[in-house]
Amino acid sequence: MANAAADHAHGHDAHADHPTGWRRWVMSTNHKDIGTMYLIFAIAAGLVGGFLSIMMRLELAEPGLQYFSNPQTYNVFVTGHGLIMVFFVVMPAVIGGYGNWFVPLMIGAPDMAFPRMNNISFWLLPASLSLLLISLFVEGAPGSNGFGGGWTVYPPLSVAGHPGPALDFGILSLHLAGASSILGAINFITTILNMRAPGMTMHKMPLFAWALLVTAFLLLLSLPVLAGAITMLLTDRNFGTSFFDPTNGGDPILYQHLFWFFGHPEVYIMILPGFGIVSHIISTFSKKPIFGYLGMAYAMVAIGAVGFIVWAHHMYTAGLALNTQRYFVFATMVIAVPTGVKIFSWIATMWGGSIRFSAAMHWAVGFIFLFTVGGVTGVVLSNAGLDRNLHNTYYVVAHFHYVLSLGAVFSIFAAWYYWFPKMSGRIIPEAIGKLHFWVAFIGANVLFFPMHFTGLAGMPRHYVDYPEAFAGWNKISSIGSYIFAFGLLIFFYGIFKAFTSPVRAANSPWGEGATTLEWTLTSPPPYHQFETLPRISGGDH
Amino acid sequence: MTQPALPSTNNRNRATRVACVAAIGLMVGAAYAASPLYRLFCKVTGYGGTTQVATSGADSVLDRTIKIRLDANVSNGLNWKFQPEKPVISMKIGETATVFYHVENHGTSDSVGVATYNVQPDLAGSYFNKLQCFCFSDLKLKPGESLDVPVVFFVDPAIVKEHDLAKLDEITLSYTFFPAKAAKKPVAELTGQAKPQL
Repeated sequence: MANAAADHAHGHDAHADHPTGWRRWVMSTNHKDIGTMYLIFAIAAGLVGGFLSIMMRLELAEPGLQYFSNPQTYNVFVTGHGLIMVFFVVMPAVIGGYGNWFVPLMIGAPDMAFPRMNNISFWLLPASLSLLLISLFVEGAPGSNGFGGGWTVYPPLSVAGHPGPALDFGILSLHLAGASSILGAINFITTILNMRAPGMTMHKMPLFAWALLVTAFLLLLSLPVLAGAITMLLTDRNFGTSFFDPTNGGDPILYQHLFWFFGHPEVYIMILPGFGIVSHIISTFSKKPIFGYLGMAYAMVAIGAVGFIVWAHHMYTAGLALNTQRYFVFATMVIAVPTGVKIFSWIATMWGGSIRFSAAMHWAVGFIFLFTVGGVTGVVLSNAGLDRNLHNTYYVVAHFHYVLSLGAVFSIFAAWYYWFPKMSGRIIPEAIGKLHFWVAFIGANVLFFPMHFTGLAGMPRHYVDYPEAFAGWNKISSIGSYIFAFGLLIFFYGIFKAFTSPVRAANSPWGEGATTLEWTLTSPPPYHQFETLPRISGGDH
Repeated sequence: MTQPALPSTNNRNRATRVACVAAIGLMVGAAYAASPLYRLFCKVTGYGGTTQVATSGADSVLDRTIKIRLDANVSNGLNWKFQPEKPVISMKIGETATVFYHVENHGTSDSVGVATYNVQPDLAGSYFNKLQCFCFSDLKLKPGESLDVPVVFFVDPAIVKEHDLAKLDEITLSYTFFPAKAAKKPVAELTGQAKPQL
């Protein structure tokens, strides 16, 4: 606050204010503080979601029942794991966390457009997670606690099959999480469209900001549909409506259409920010501008747009007409084109670059490889004919974990090792980041690659037990999950080292390859940055 | 901030926010509109095996036989017996047929049921025409009472022109009886009961 007096003269006390103690966090309107809270929240929720998945892998390590006496409880764990990872880990980390932190910094804005709305966006999430956790402990299906119908919450199981209040808690939890994300989306759209620094045209905007802009539009258009669908579910359950109840003219398939109209864009919501993050890391550590900038930006726009018209590829076995299936097969495969543009542009960025394999670069390159593996199995699954055989098998589980657990989560860790010095002003030793990468890379592949085999062999998902024929690969998968979990200990040790070591980060620790605006600030950035807006010169890309 | 936000930025922010809120309202509205629109869509196109209602029989009868498999189910909440007089019939495409189903209340109290229906394969729905059906209204049975209820239907000869159905030789007509809606209680109040009611 070099010029506090001048600030007051302009009547902007709120911005000049630097609250301390609990007021700084609970009543925060500062995009960096809110971003930090989002990241801490995501890590905490990740531990809960990770605990649920380790329990699942412990149980599945051997055929028969080991840890779960009630098979329905296992299904509740599966459902909780999915919902927590999607709504309380990946989305808060990449959108609320890194988005809040770095979108204003990268576009040269002093803060988000609506700082108070940003505060409520965050604080809705702990309430939402609490409701979801409560739902695990109240009656759901007769004789067991929690909702066990999967994160898709299909009726009629979610209406007739779960008479207890567990799912009502779950639905209200999703309402809050949805409201939080929608408010966040409005904030990002407004900030990015209106608050770019003078001279920063859309075509000069960093790719992470582009990614968040597309993501925000996807949230804005898809989440209201989910909110509508689960509200119909809630009234079907409690107030005698029959949107999805066939006895009174409803149709459960309608729910599937509504859910996947949200659900498919949702998977791009989780991965697009990762695309942006990886672009910056690849460019920084190759010391080259990103290859095909405009192609990269519009590939994300294309992925977002096409992502809205492919939803029924999740419903090939629901009895769609053959011509409908043919359309969805084709439209789904089209997505591989802009995705290919991105993959090849990342490789072309590295090509001929002065590559430095830092910890963040390890994670980014690992992301590209693993996301491509998941993308290829996605093209396999997009075939309606093959999907007849693979639907709801572990092949699907392998596919979406390669794009999410090994895609989105790797991008989260990549961003962590890339931006941690900027956010905290401290340094995680590179060796720790690299060790974490190799442990996680090996663990995740040992965990998820065998699922391709068990899936092709016909092992269905959402079951606590399986025939002995599948025992071998399941044992290996479980060992992989323990390795990945061990990697998290290294992750936390890295944070511990950073905060206990006297070493401080330079303003631009990655050197000349890092060209975006956040590296022009101190590490950590001042509480209020860009008191004089930066001016961006030069032509468009 | 030494540079206060320009009034024009604030106005633009407000305009963007209003546009975003409008988009959200539109999408919620679209989600709800999907319910009646989807029902209308199914009725018009026969999507999802929705059968058609006709007032008169087919104009022509083809010299081709098709088998109609009759499927009957009762949901958990209803203690009824429900079965067709025979499991499968053969008829000419375009011919009007009448089949009877036998329903009997095995419960100890009056109960009201309503049947949902569709045909498989789904695509055949738009060619399956009902002239009369017990499923058009609720059915009330006293304890022990039984009824033989009719369905009168024909298969539209236009079915042979549909590419995916040209060689179809069998259609399954399926009914499921559910308790009629009136007895419904909020599911949240049903905890502790062994079996959820619909």
